[in-house]
Amino acid sequence: MATTLKISAASLAALFAVLGDAGRRILGPAEVDGRIELKAVRTLAEVAGDQIQPVLSAKETAFPRVERLLSYRMAPGKVELQDYDPEVQPTVLFGLRPCEAAGFNSLDAVFNWDTRDKFFNARREQLTVVGLSCTQADDACFCTSVGGGPGSTKGSDILLTPLPEGGYLAEILTERGEALKDLAPALFQPANGEDKEAMLAKVEPSFEHQGLAAKLPGLFTSDIWAEQSLRCIGCGACAFVCPTCVCFDIQEEADTKQGQRLRCWDSCGLRQFTLHASGHNPRSAQSERWRQRIYHKFGYFAERFGGPMCVGCGKCSRACPVDMNLKEHLTQVYEV
Amino acid sequence: MAEKNIYLPYLMRVAKVTDEAPAVKTFRLEFVNPEDADNFDFNTGQFGLYSAFGEGESTFCIASSPTRKGYIECTFRAVGRVTHALAAKEEGDIIGFRGPYGNLFPIEEWRGKNLLFVAGGIALPPLRSVIWNCLDQRDGFRDITVVYGARSVADLVYKYELRDWQERADIDLAVTVDPGGETHDWKGKVGFVPPIVEQLAPRSENTIAIVCGPPIMIKHTLPLLETLGFTSDCIYTTLENRMKCGLGKCGRCNTGRSFICKDGPVYTLAQLQELPAEY
Amino acid sequence: MEALRTKAKELLAQGEVQVVIGYEAGTAGVRRPCFVRTAESAIRLVWDTNCIGNLAGYLTRPEIKRFGKPAIVANNAVLRSLLQLVAERQLQQDAVLALAVAQDGVVTELPTAQAVEDYLAISPGGLSAADREKMEHLAQLSREERWTFWQRELERCIKCYACRSSCPMCYCGHCTMDCNRPQWVSVPSHALGNLEYHTVRAMHLAGRCVQCGECGRACPVGIPIHLLTCYAEESVHRQFGQQAGTRAKLDYALGAFRPDDKESFIR
Ligand code: SF4
Ligand code: SF4
Ligand code: SF4
Ligand code: FES
Repeated sequence: MATTLKISAASLAALFAVLGDAGRRILGPAEVDGRIELKAVRTLAEVAGDQIQPVLSAKETAFPRVERLLSYRMAPGKVELQDYDPEVQPTVLFGLRPCEAAGFNSLDAVFNWDTRDKFFNARREQLTVVGLSCTQADDACFCTSVGGGPGSTKGSDILLTPLPEGGYLAEILTERGEALKDLAPALFQPANGEDKEAMLAKVEPSFEHQGLAAKLPGLFTSDIWAEQSLRCIGCGACAFVCPTCVCFDIQEEADTKQGQRLRCWDSCGLRQFTLHASGHNPRSAQSERWRQRIYHKFGYFAERFGGPMCVGCGKCSRACPVDMNLKEHLTQVYEV
Repeated sequence: MAEKNIYLPYLMRVAKVTDEAPAVKTFRLEFVNPEDADNFDFNTGQFGLYSAFGEGESTFCIASSPTRKGYIECTFRAVGRVTHALAAKEEGDIIGFRGPYGNLFPIEEWRGKNLLFVAGGIALPPLRSVIWNCLDQRDGFRDITVVYGARSVADLVYKYELRDWQERADIDLAVTVDPGGETHDWKGKVGFVPPIVEQLAPRSENTIAIVCGPPIMIKHTLPLLETLGFTSDCIYTTLENRMKCGLGKCGRCNTGRSFICKDGPVYTLAQLQELPAEY
Repeated sequence: MEALRTKAKELLAQGEVQVVIGYEAGTAGVRRPCFVRTAESAIRLVWDTNCIGNLAGYLTRPEIKRFGKPAIVANNAVLRSLLQLVAERQLQQDAVLALAVAQDGVVTELPTAQAVEDYLAISPGGLSAADREKMEHLAQLSREERWTFWQRELERCIKCYACRSSCPMCYCGHCTMDCNRPQWVSVPSHALGNLEYHTVRAMHLAGRCVQCGECGRACPVGIPIHLLTCYAEESVHRQFGQQAGTRAKLDYALGAFRPDDKESFIR
């Protein structure tokens, strides 16, 4: 399916107008109140250029931090259930880094194995991902250790890669990408053997994820988890910013006549996550919760779905108040 | 293409409330929508999420047998926000039920074998489903032995059925209460469950043991069964972790490589030994 | 920095403390918490102007308490937290050895709450100039503008609770936020849930917040949430004339009755 084309900066700017006219909402990294956040934009000029990636991931566009699952009305001896369908707008996620784009694959897997989650799917089906290859990386990035890379096409419908001579290489990767291109085919030109790698960031692999996964079963009782997690304060920041973390809570909000059931993000790092009403807690120590995070992502998930539940974006490390650098920790585990 | 909302519960009418023990109740639940009743089926060992509308959902097993059609029963203790709200429901009230979820006790594989049930406290309900299921097809199994213990006489659940089983010739029942928990007219045994099992010294050959109870009982009963010659693939138990979705999505019940809501709640001891003790 | 390492080494070697809570070099120049338990590893400790985090939250964490008697590398925020923790009976007067490090690297041992009080009397520290400026800016806004400012900021909150987890005074084992019988505060991070959470937290820190700014630094989405707790704290200071983190004996202003309390709130 994949075809490789080119698009100039001016044509890309023009594409924004075409998308707007076609009723697509465009979300891209842009500055808001001095911070880079994923935000609705109309023009290419609004998109923040010189930045690695926003703090929060784009998972919110398919898996919002709070969403309704159902509502109901109550009367004596009677309950009336109301199903709910989210209202979604066709959306283009513009300028998503390849790591984040790949993150959607993990969400797809969890929300659709065994049974299908219609809330996630309704939103996901309306998303077209226009990825943007990375020309810079930082000390938190480790995409190349978990099967990705600064120019990886995984998860993107179209991947744009900046070219030294200006403009972008445009890889049209999926039907959705094709449909987007077909809105303004004239804006694209055939590629001419351009070097995709020329401007890509260099991210040296720090470990090898299959090797890491193979190590885990033997390390369950190792001291390394307690040692690594000593400074972890057990907040939910790492999981909430993560593009692949999918754990959620279901909460009820009601008065005496009506109510609704809401799904909200949750994190295995929080003490309350596994706490029973009786007071018993199967993972009562922070070290056990830290170990769960690592084992779930790199062991259990990988075993069930065939790859790690981590794209090496480094968001967790950047967001962590106490600098729990995941790349550093995983490398340590790998080298045990 | 309209997809189904997998979080939408069935509406159930509370048809009967039985007070079992302090803070412990049994509900008989009937489907509000008769069509749901016709299409509904489950296996012993499976569980569901019960909603008290306005408060949320709580997880417990289906305590009735699939051989009894048209209703389900559940037994629960009021400990948290949802179970307290459920406990306040009366006959005729509406609650929600999502399920059945999880795997099952492979009773088809147990045909022709002896069955030994060991239960403690509020953990009899999951076994009650199996016991009735087997009693309803009594010819399929050989000896059925039940050892059940609780802290005190008042804490025993299904007292009316225990009396019934006591009288039946086709089931051996030993009921015990912890020392100090007996009343003056108590005719059953006094003592903790594991020593009672030891006294009974059940045969292990061609026998399946199904054990369910508080951690301390499990901890002492499992090694005992192993000394009696039970192998770890002939001992079954059921786990109750905290659950939110029951669908293998929310991550809450994950323990080792297992999602208790999908791969459990029923495990053999052999399988359990493969899991970290995070339950 | 050398003086600090030597002191830590000495204390650990002589068994005077079992752990030194300090800073080590982290990712890209960041200074992060570390827990030195052997004399040999004292070399990990660093001290410079980047050591701004408040380490005092670890003093009440079970994982750290387990090690035995701690020494803690202390900036002024840590010292204020220490006093407030003593005042709230979370720590004994002499349970912690504070190692105050001056700009020139000189280490002063502060073995008791009294010593900490005396040290702070000379250099109290407090809100940074930048934070002071923000506070003043907010104070100048109209009520509506301030409301808009906080609504906009709180909209970003994802309820990760990093602010609560990082706060040295949020040590409660069972926080109101986690209580569901009754459900005092709405759990989801929607507008109401966020507003409820942050107002309740600010109210619980009024008269207790040591103004270290740690919650604001911890917030992944950059909400200056410490400005709210600091505001609550300063308002208690104004009205009751007492400030959290200044004395080891301090009543909880909002929980103690004094005959000279103003009763202007009763109308
Ligand atoms: S675990 Fe960290 S590095 Fe991996 S995908 Fe999540 S946020 Fe990114
Ligand atoms: S690793 Fe960091 S972000 Fe994650 S729970 Fe621990 S302190 Fe919070
Ligand atoms: S740290 Fe920030 S995002 Fe997290 S709960 Fe606090 S204010 Fe909200
Ligand atoms: S209960 Fe949600 S994954 Fe098992």
